[in-house]
Amino acid sequence: MTTAVTDELSVELRGFRQVQRLAYECAEAVAAQLRPGVTEREAARMQRAWLRERGVRDWFHLPFAWFGDRTAFVNFRVPLQFFPTDRRLEPGMPFILDMAPVYDGYTADIGYSGSLGVNPVQDRLMADLEAHRELILREVRERRPLRAIYEDVDRLMVRQGYANRHRAYPFGVIAHKVDRVRQRRFSPHLFGFGTQSLKGLAADALHGHREGWSPLWSPYRFSDHPPRPGLWAVEPHLGFRGTGAKFEEILVVTDSRDPVESAFWLDDDLPHVRRWAEEK
Amino acid sequence: MLKGARERRVRTGGVELCVAELGETGRPTVVLVHGYPDSKEVWSEVATRLADRFHVVLYDVRGHGRSSAPQPLRGGFTLEKLTDDFLAVIDAVSPDRPVHVVGHDWGSVQSWEFVTVQRTEGRIASFTSMSGPSLDHFGHWINSRLRKPTPRRVGQLLGQGAKSWYVYALHTPVLPELAWRGPLGKRWPAVLRRFEKVTGDGYPTTSLPQDAAHGAWLYRDNVRARLRRPRPDVYAHAPVQLITPLEDAFLSQRLYDDLDTWVPRLTRRTLPAKHWIPRTRPDQLASWITEFVTATEGGRTEVAATGKYAERFGGQLVLVTGAGSGIGRATAFAFAEAGARVVAVDRDAEAATRTAELSRLVGAPEAWAETVDVSDEQAMEKLADKVAAEYGVVDVLVNNAGIGLGGSFFDTTPEDWKKVLDVNLWGVIHGCRLFGKQMAERGQGGHIVNTASAAAYQPSKALPAYSTSKAAVLMLSECLRAELAGQGIGVSAICPGFVNTNITSTARFAGVDAEEEKRRQKKSARLYGLRNYPPEKVADAVLKAVVRNQAVVPVTPEARGAHLMSRFTPRALRAIARLEPPL
Repeated sequence: MTTAVTDELSVELRGFRQVQRLAYECAEAVAAQLRPGVTEREAARMQRAWLRERGVRDWFHLPFAWFGDRTAFVNFRVPLQFFPTDRRLEPGMPFILDMAPVYDGYTADIGYSGSLGVNPVQDRLMADLEAHRELILREVRERRPLRAIYEDVDRLMVRQGYANRHRAYPFGVIAHKVDRVRQRRFSPHLFGFGTQSLKGLAADALHGHREGWSPLWSPYRFSDHPPRPGLWAVEPHLGFRGTGAKFEEILVVTDSRDPVESAFWLDDDLPHVRRWAEEK
Repeated sequence: MLKGARERRVRTGGVELCVAELGETGRPTVVLVHGYPDSKEVWSEVATRLADRFHVVLYDVRGHGRSSAPQPLRGGFTLEKLTDDFLAVIDAVSPDRPVHVVGHDWGSVQSWEFVTVQRTEGRIASFTSMSGPSLDHFGHWINSRLRKPTPRRVGQLLGQGAKSWYVYALHTPVLPELAWRGPLGKRWPAVLRRFEKVTGDGYPTTSLPQDAAHGAWLYRDNVRARLRRPRPDVYAHAPVQLITPLEDAFLSQRLYDDLDTWVPRLTRRTLPAKHWIPRTRPDQLASWITEFVTATEGGRTEVAATGKYAERFGGQLVLVTGAGSGIGRATAFAFAEAGARVVAVDRDAEAATRTAELSRLVGAPEAWAETVDVSDEQAMEKLADKVAAEYGVVDVLVNNAGIGLGGSFFDTTPEDWKKVLDVNLWGVIHGCRLFGKQMAERGQGGHIVNTASAAAYQPSKALPAYSTSKAAVLMLSECLRAELAGQGIGVSAICPGFVNTNITSTARFAGVDAEEEKRRQKKSARLYGLRNYPPEKVADAVLKAVVRNQAVVPVTPEARGAHLMSRFTPRALRAIARLEPPL
């Protein structure tokens, strides 16, 4: 790889890293403002307002907020149930904030788990997510088929005693590709998803369909291919008896032969990673 | 009858009460109040179990046992006078510290008065009530149902009205006394044995005819007055633990529906037993009383368990085999969530430890992991001894460990057969034999759940060995259920269909090489994954089966469908048995 290409790559990555940090800052700021009685809708609105103030105009998807047993998607049957409700936050309740802002054409998609006060179950889930982050990176570097990695994550969850809750996402995805988005003055959204991003995803899906890969990392046959270079928003989601926890962040996959260069997390300075480091 | 009890007599309001004490006086005081027709000896089993940890006080209510009767009897048994007696007793035995009251039957009725009147405020630390509602609450309960007589509420009224037949009988003059002093008094022990499963052992005492005759005035002096004009301010000023026996012939469970309005700090417990629980379930009562008293002494009244069946399983000891994964693990978690103490048994030590660890996290007050292969007879015997010695007698046993084995009959080798029968059948036999025996010997009820399978009644040419082992488990459960029914021990067989667990990835496939076996495991795991029936739902069915004492419980729609077909269209089921599974 020439230096010019590397530089270009690092400029790109810096853009993505910046917006991912911004999103996590937003999550931490909003989480700090959550009080008993706040509803999911209010929490989602707070995220939206916070990011709008800082220049976000478009979204991969609008911010979500899940409280209580909705963090584990208990009894979710139709996708509409993902949207924020009037469920109120109570002391000890777990919550998850999930947002995907587009800033300056760069997309982030993050998930932040926390609880109002102490929630030992969710603490435990978060601690156990560390193994998943390591497992995913290791196996992507080994270039194993995405479907096989998905199944390994599944097995690890079962061994830990948890249920796989990312299965509830559309297509049961554990990750999906994200990309640069063209900035338009008018950026409408469809069912909570930005049309520009959906367009990108659809284009990828079309290409992928011809070439034998998919921008969605699912348990199905269409994900039975080695990791495709690009940026993947990875979101393992654990559930345990009405409590859920996830993280979501961008994994960079390149076509480099060097294993370390071939895949790496976009940023290692994120709240959940810092937390694991502190616990050690 | 009460060994090692110190006796004293307390004079109050013209009567002399016989008071017995057990245990060190420095400990928290627990006062046990007996009901009708009883004397303090009804508590003998519970009192001895509590004496190690508490200062236990029992007294004969006026006119009962060795306490003297008021003269005249009429008007001598009002709740006001009974409260005077109670205060005199606790002033004598625990002048400085508030006491924990435990009442059964009329002992509970009068303790409700103690805990809701003002003059005892600060003298009562907690109250455990069993089978005795407050007459005032009862009055309000009737009134609210008369005011708004919906069909359901009228049904409740009529139900309790029928159960109260003896109350009307006791209001007849003279006749009850004559009956008690005559034939009824003589036959009472046999009646108790026959209908209430209360075994002898020096109970009831010889004073019974006298107690029962005097005690009739408890009803005559209070029931009509209180039911007609219930006090308006009957709020409890101490935390209350309500223990409801579910098979009580005299009191409906519905009586306690509105209790939360009167008791701000209420803990509910239910027990599948008849009216005389101090005689039939002393272990469970002692453990709940200990837990409640210790919790209130420590200033904590809430129970951590949040599960749906926490009232029923709180503090019970549950042992689950095969608890390292799948249905077993989910069942352990479900019981843990209901506040049960959990023993997680699995041959995989790490997985069992993990289950125990997470069980504590979701609400089990205690949880332990044991590494045992259920097919190993000696290991199981050792486990049974250890569990009995260290954790106690198991209240609910879940024989769940099992392995899968596919392949045609002629491909299945004798070793394969032995292996699958050793785990799936002998594991269950050992569990029932060892832990069931402990349960039966204790004689205080319990429940055994065996995990069979829909394969127990759905034949298949692809699963001959597995289905045979599960059919055996189903029949074993049915036979054992018949044998243990008389001892208050229920047996349930759970028959799940395709449940998303790792049994598919550990299953053996007879008659194929290692590579093909791997492929089939993977394929079946995928198919089960697509079916995606979660083991948590099976766990819920297990708890429900115990609560309702169900015999055979098919779980998942396909299992229920096959169960129906096995009864009504067995030929169709046999046709299905010939299909080749898509592996």
